[in-house]
Amino acid sequence: MSPTSGTTPIGPSVIQAPERTPESSARTRPALPLDPLLTLAVIGLGIASVMTLGTATREAIPGNPHYYVTRQVVYLAIGLILMVVLGRVDYARLRQLKYGIYALLILGILAVLGAGNETKGSTRAISLPFFSFQASELGKVLLTVALAGLIVDRARRLRERDTTARVMLAALVPAMLVIAQPDLGSGMVYMVIAFVMLLVAGTPWQQLSGLVALVCVSVAVVLVAAPALGVHVLKPYQTQRLTAFLHPSSNFVEIKEKESKTGEPDPRYQLAQSKIAIGSGQKTGRGAADSTQLTGNYLPEDDTDFVFAAVGEQYGFVGAGLVLCLYALLIWRALRVLVMAKDLFGSLVAGGVAAMLMFQVFVNVGMTIGIMPITGITLPLMSYGGSSVITTLLAVGLLQSIYVQARASAALKGRVPIY
Amino acid sequence: MPVSPQLALRVAVLGGAALLMFGIIFFRLWYLQVLTGEQYVQEAAANSVRDLPIAAPRGQIFDREGQPIAASTVTNAVQIVPSALPPAGRPRLALYRRLGALLGMSAAHIEALVVKGRTALPYAPVTIKTDAGRGVLTVLAERQNEFPGVVQKPVSIRSYPYGEMAAQVLGYVGQVSELELKKSAFRGVQQGTVVGQEGLEYYYDRYLRGHDGVSRVQVDSAGYPEPTRLQPTPPKAGYSLKVTLDLGLQREGEKALLEGIENARASGKPAEGGAFTAIDPRNGQILAIGSSPSFNPNKFAKPLTTSEYEALKGEVHGRQEIPARLTNRAVSGAYPTGSTFKPFTAMGALEAGVINPSEGLGAGQCIHVSTEPFCNAGKADYGPVGLVEALKVSSDTYFFEVGELANSHHEVIQNMARELGIGHTTGIDLPSEIEGTIPDPAWRAKQNHLQEACEHEKHHGTCDIVAEVRPWSVGDNMDLAVGQGDLLTSPLQMAVAYSTLANAYMHGGYGTVVTPHLGMEIDESNGGLVQSLSFRPARHVHLNYSDLSLVMQGIHEAASQPGGTSADVWRGWDQEQHPVYGKTGTAEHTGKEDQSWYMAYVGDPNRPIVIAVTVEQGGFGAETAAPIARLMASQYFGKPEQFVAGTSKTF
Repeated sequence: MSPTSGTTPIGPSVIQAPERTPESSARTRPALPLDPLLTLAVIGLGIASVMTLGTATREAIPGNPHYYVTRQVVYLAIGLILMVVLGRVDYARLRQLKYGIYALLILGILAVLGAGNETKGSTRAISLPFFSFQASELGKVLLTVALAGLIVDRARRLRERDTTARVMLAALVPAMLVIAQPDLGSGMVYMVIAFVMLLVAGTPWQQLSGLVALVCVSVAVVLVAAPALGVHVLKPYQTQRLTAFLHPSSNFVEIKEKESKTGEPDPRYQLAQSKIAIGSGQKTGRGAADSTQLTGNYLPEDDTDFVFAAVGEQYGFVGAGLVLCLYALLIWRALRVLVMAKDLFGSLVAGGVAAMLMFQVFVNVGMTIGIMPITGITLPLMSYGGSSVITTLLAVGLLQSIYVQARASAALKGRVPIY
Repeated sequence: MPVSPQLALRVAVLGGAALLMFGIIFFRLWYLQVLTGEQYVQEAAANSVRDLPIAAPRGQIFDREGQPIAASTVTNAVQIVPSALPPAGRPRLALYRRLGALLGMSAAHIEALVVKGRTALPYAPVTIKTDAGRGVLTVLAERQNEFPGVVQKPVSIRSYPYGEMAAQVLGYVGQVSELELKKSAFRGVQQGTVVGQEGLEYYYDRYLRGHDGVSRVQVDSAGYPEPTRLQPTPPKAGYSLKVTLDLGLQREGEKALLEGIENARASGKPAEGGAFTAIDPRNGQILAIGSSPSFNPNKFAKPLTTSEYEALKGEVHGRQEIPARLTNRAVSGAYPTGSTFKPFTAMGALEAGVINPSEGLGAGQCIHVSTEPFCNAGKADYGPVGLVEALKVSSDTYFFEVGELANSHHEVIQNMARELGIGHTTGIDLPSEIEGTIPDPAWRAKQNHLQEACEHEKHHGTCDIVAEVRPWSVGDNMDLAVGQGDLLTSPLQMAVAYSTLANAYMHGGYGTVVTPHLGMEIDESNGGLVQSLSFRPARHVHLNYSDLSLVMQGIHEAASQPGGTSADVWRGWDQEQHPVYGKTGTAEHTGKEDQSWYMAYVGDPNRPIVIAVTVEQGGFGAETAAPIARLMASQYFGKPEQFVAGTSKTF
């Protein structure tokens, strides 16, 4: 990485030059197309989301079976438009705006903490007309761009611990703020984004290993040592959600008894119902009408965090597998864009986006099938919700922009355009 | 930007991690959905599918001619579907009030029923009333929009067209109780199923019950019904039961029993209850069996209050003791029999050679053993009489002497009574049959032992197992010889024992101890035969024919010859066509009026019948029980019916 990092500062001008210079051949040519595979994956997931939500939310609002589907379609449409627009913009311009973007990230989260409305015990969103805005979702993209800018600025000092510490601290501040909402999931995403960006940037393995060790120690302290000493860093329900997958139970009678005793929902209920939904889908799914877990509303949040269970029940192993393949395509393309990016900034942004997608997909899907802790992490593009859908499509828009710019740059250099 | 080896490695690490995670997820999905999917399908069904039973119509019970005596009628129950009710608060209360006014119930009561039903089965409609009447149902159907959430559902209700007739024999039905669910007789029965609780309904329950169907309801997580394509399983109606009862004789018997009781009451006797049994001595078919006071089993079609039930069971209510209406006195009543026992004494003594039938015994008013006198009723003196005459006039002194003589002859009386059918269960197809008691030295010793053990344990207070701890005495045997003392048996056992005498008499001394029974055949609900019920005799007996003939002659003369104890009761009866062998009995109870008994065998070659009648505190056998038997015999043989009270004041 270090040999190329020297060229990074001139990266933007390379692209801006052909656009501003009338003589440039790039100007006379029609703009290069977006990555078709990336677009295909995104559209495919959007269609899968709409197909799945149709059943899961049919009876959510009596008399208005299409309420959520209609909204999801609108979010997807807005997101796709934003993606296309962003794909046409040179991402490199964002590098200069990194402080502004970081400030926007922090202010947004603070605004939510200060003025947000509470749903399901946490304050994550500001109600706007027609839309409830979750700053922590958009924050994932903002943080990616801001951190990329920060790392590129210190490109020559990537081996220094100071750089690693600064980057991690820059991610930790917003992460702690969203964890305070409390939105543990987004906080974890922020940290993972920062970690993967360091990995891509070329931070030495020892430092990365140190970070991993630090995370392990913190987890042990938070979940085991601190509660043993009477200090509860996490709220009890958060701990329960995180550890439920380690001791699952499908004894609903016992679970309900415990719930009525404590007055709090037991996450094992949701976990068990999720597994029943997915398992009962079998090879080809139960179809919309016979998906009793969904139509009977046995699985809470089957339209948001647990939407993958809705896929599993309705469309079975085939449907769930297809959705996973679309995610694999998406992640492969993100890694591909990372590699083909014309500059370090592009690579870092692509790395951050890839990290975000990978982590969210694995943690969310893993949660629904009982191999990952329950965290409030959405399934990108599938889960219902404007903030999540639009944020993901903005992130994909960044990938498109990096792709387009990389191809334009290559074309300028006379190389064969690459996919 | 050319890709550096370092970047390539790191991207490869990322890609490898992604590949690994995808691999794990795919494997897990394969496991959940393909390998163990079936299990999750079942768990999903357990979540959402609720089975609602569809009650199977209970099989009918017919008499021997095929007339229904227990039927299942279908009526519409008024039900409320909780999810279809108007919103809680004023609109719902107004509905409850409107409905309550129509059904004659309070709004609060309806609300309580709905709340209770909803907690028990949230998805099921709640039954409000099962006997609303056609008028009310029509109003509800016509004004459906005024009663949102109120529906009608056909339900099968047990009805007994003859009301109190044979009530204890038929029994009644009710929802299976927690206790019954644990019994093997109710294995596989679902909670809430209506099952037979007593009598034939109980004994033949598994045939009559049928198999409930199942309607399958899909419910959501809150318990509300969802549209479903699940197919219901239709119920299978119960088999019908044909019984040996002769409806005409049964009704006549009950009428005559009431008449006899009223008659006894008119002459100042308490006559609190009674029973009769009429059986065919050849095969044990019960032609009529009844117990008074009776009850109306139709009352059990809807839930009874505790006090209503206690009153029927005869539990002490306040201070006043109420006669038990649910008890079938013919089967569960345990009584001394008075002189109706004498034929057994006579047979036992004759067979063992204890007496010579022509030898005159029992002269004088009383027999004295040690200093204790054993006397005839009314201090009558029959002089020394032979066996036939002793049975005819029912001489107690004669049989006291027989008892005294027999005491040193290895319990010949007890053994004969046991052989004929007394002192053990008969095997009738009804629940709660008593075993009875024939006292003998071993029994006495055992009771003494129990009494002592009980007193030892309790230190004070009463044990009431025996009045006093004392060894068996000759007086015990003498009391038994005339059907008194510690003897306890039921009208049914007496009918069986007389049947043994009767059928042995028919066949030259070779007789059978029949198993009395009511069940004849089990049929499909559409009439096809499922199973003919057969009841093998308990055992075969061989009695010396000449001895038996003397005994039969004695009780025939008692019912037909001047001076016979029940001869005046049978005045005008064609003894040639239908010879009557009858024995009166008057059982003494300390502190109570005498218990009236009569046993009769009418020897028709084609339709022989043995009738046993008893009336508690009804006075002498001839004055109360015997006329009831005659009325029954008259009905059975198509003779003019007249109640002729006898005058014989013998025990």
